[in-house]
Amino acid sequence: MADFFINHWGWWPWLSNLLAGFIQCNLLLLVPFVGAMFFVWVERKVSARIQDRLGPTRTGGKFGWLQLLADGLKLITKEDLMPGGADRLLFKLAPYVSFVFSYATLMALPFANGWVALPMNVGVFFIIAVLGLEVFGVILAGYSSASKWSLFGAMREAAQVVSYEVPLGLCIVTPCLIAGSLDLITIAQQQSGWLTNWYIFHDPFTFIIFWVYFTCATASVNRAPFDLAEAESELVAGFHTEYSGFRWLAFYMAEYGSMFTVAGLGAILFFGGWNGPIPIMHWLGWAYTPDETHWRTLGYLANLLGCLNFIGKCVLGVMVMIWVRWTLPRLRIDQVMKTCLKYCTPIAAVMFVGAAVWTYAFPGGIWLKSSTPTGEVRESAFADGNNNEALMTSQQSASTVAKDEAR
Amino acid sequence: MNWHTVYFLLFSLTACGFALAVVLSSNIVRMAFYLVLSLGATAGLFFLAGADFIGAMQLLIYVGGTLVLLVFGVMLTAQSPFISMKTHGGDWILAAIVGGSLLAILMQSAFSMPQWRVGPATADQATIATPTTTIVGEGLLGVRVDAMADASAAQQAGVLSGYLLPFEIVSVHLLVVLIGAAYLARAKRRRVLREAEA
Amino acid sequence: MNLLTEPIGAAHYLAVGAVLFVCGAVCMATKRNALGILMGIELVLNGANLNFIAFGSRLLHADGTPSIGLDGQLIALFVIVLAAAEAAVALAITLNFYNNHSTVDVDRADELKG
Repeated sequence: MADFFINHWGWWPWLSNLLAGFIQCNLLLLVPFVGAMFFVWVERKVSARIQDRLGPTRTGGKFGWLQLLADGLKLITKEDLMPGGADRLLFKLAPYVSFVFSYATLMALPFANGWVALPMNVGVFFIIAVLGLEVFGVILAGYSSASKWSLFGAMREAAQVVSYEVPLGLCIVTPCLIAGSLDLITIAQQQSGWLTNWYIFHDPFTFIIFWVYFTCATASVNRAPFDLAEAESELVAGFHTEYSGFRWLAFYMAEYGSMFTVAGLGAILFFGGWNGPIPIMHWLGWAYTPDETHWRTLGYLANLLGCLNFIGKCVLGVMVMIWVRWTLPRLRIDQVMKTCLKYCTPIAAVMFVGAAVWTYAFPGGIWLKSSTPTGEVRESAFADGNNNEALMTSQQSASTVAKDEAR
Repeated sequence: MNWHTVYFLLFSLTACGFALAVVLSSNIVRMAFYLVLSLGATAGLFFLAGADFIGAMQLLIYVGGTLVLLVFGVMLTAQSPFISMKTHGGDWILAAIVGGSLLAILMQSAFSMPQWRVGPATADQATIATPTTTIVGEGLLGVRVDAMADASAAQQAGVLSGYLLPFEIVSVHLLVVLIGAAYLARAKRRRVLREAEA
Repeated sequence: MNLLTEPIGAAHYLAVGAVLFVCGAVCMATKRNALGILMGIELVLNGANLNFIAFGSRLLHADGTPSIGLDGQLIALFVIVLAAAEAAVALAITLNFYNNHSTVDVDRADELKG
């Protein structure tokens, strides 16, 4: 986008870079803002139907879709309270810390082929790292509220999130192992093609790992059966007891943003991301092939449809989380810890070993035909920006040496 | 004054400023929070220097793991706000003298070598980076990919063998250390009760 | 001002590392809270890590030949991991001390004083 500004309109480079960054950041900011509001409405409607009632039906016509706007207005106009004994700086800072880390993960999440705010070849790693940092906002909120329930809720939630990072990491690493890369765009592109290319169908181990991933992701964002730390019947509201108005909205957006991120991560890792069940874009010739560098209108359209496909999968994932929340009873904190340490972690570890052995035994997959062979993906990891020939050939010979040694 | 310098100044001032705040603050929770920000800025400096994998590891392990552990420790040993553990004035002066002289020596030696002061020739070279994840991963597996181009000189320098042995040692070390730490910190309520009865 | 206008080289990173190191050392020397001392240790290790990364970085040296190459990054990686292990043990010791003395003030840890 910055190149467009510089080359077509002849603006100063620093201004066009700044403007391009600003526009992209704002587009991404729409995801937690609009997404949170939309998911709140969806949650109220879905939970209502599950509980055999109707949900909001008055604001905005039959479906109450303006309820979300009403909620947002109410939260913004509420009185800004702060407990008397609260640590003022940390109290004010905590919601923003949570929101910033939740938003930072969205920067590394690709929405279509090449549509990512921060193209990193360690995208998966970055997302895991930043998801683990969200716990600081929670701890700060709990501590600075100077309230028993907040502190208990915050410590329980922090312990839960940190414990569930271990099986979450193992679950995330398995598709990366199969794809041969940590780059999210590469992982999703490897699954382009038919429905059977998706990693969830790659081998039975990955299939089970997806369900463990879903459990750990739900626990990681403190949702569904694992929301003891913020449950109304337990701890008033946990770490955000003393928060109201816009500060609470920041926490809420952080939570729904994280739900969107883990759903999106699951979609990319296991369900092919923006690649649909049927490779229509490839048949029409609209989608970008790996060698292309030129921008095409039809390619843009294919990417847009892929983006909608991806968002559809994310919304589906979040809806399943909402559905699970209102169906299953809540787990006690010791049950939560037991699930992590006694069930999720061993299952994830065994499935990881199984998937690794499967990938070693059947390198191309049995019924899975990736768009690019895994060897080629691994080779291209050595290419640098300049496509330095000497560097690539020396490193390619090194990797062939490594392959010979491995054999 | 290109973008590289701007970002370097941003990250380094954040890191140094919050490190100073850690020293000067007396509230232990605020110290922990300032340390988080300081180490996060250090991770940013790692990214700027081209070590993207190490920067991500810093965020994941150091900030997301070690510091969370530290904050848990702070919460578990929290004492009433009336107990103040402030350092005496004399200690501060002594520490300032020793710290200041150490800083002066280190700064002088950092800027003394001309080879260290010469940055990359063009601004472009300062920002193009090859991804290091695969190279670091292969190095940990024992294959030094970056030394392959000049294998004989590398073999003479002894760097061709890779880091597989340290990797395995560190893995076992972590396991042993964490089991030991968990054993050390276990709740020993029965003993305290017996002492209270006696 | 010459330091700011010249391109960023390894020396600038060394300077930042030095500041972090000295802050950590002063923190270790002056804090009475055991966890404050632990934070000082973390700062010291990070200062040292910055040094290693600076020397191993291709982007900070002229014509792209770093002095220790990938070794710098790998050593920094091992330092990070070992710092995590050492923080765990230090925290376990501190918790043990707290359980026995109900304080984390290191000035009160003088039972072995002769």
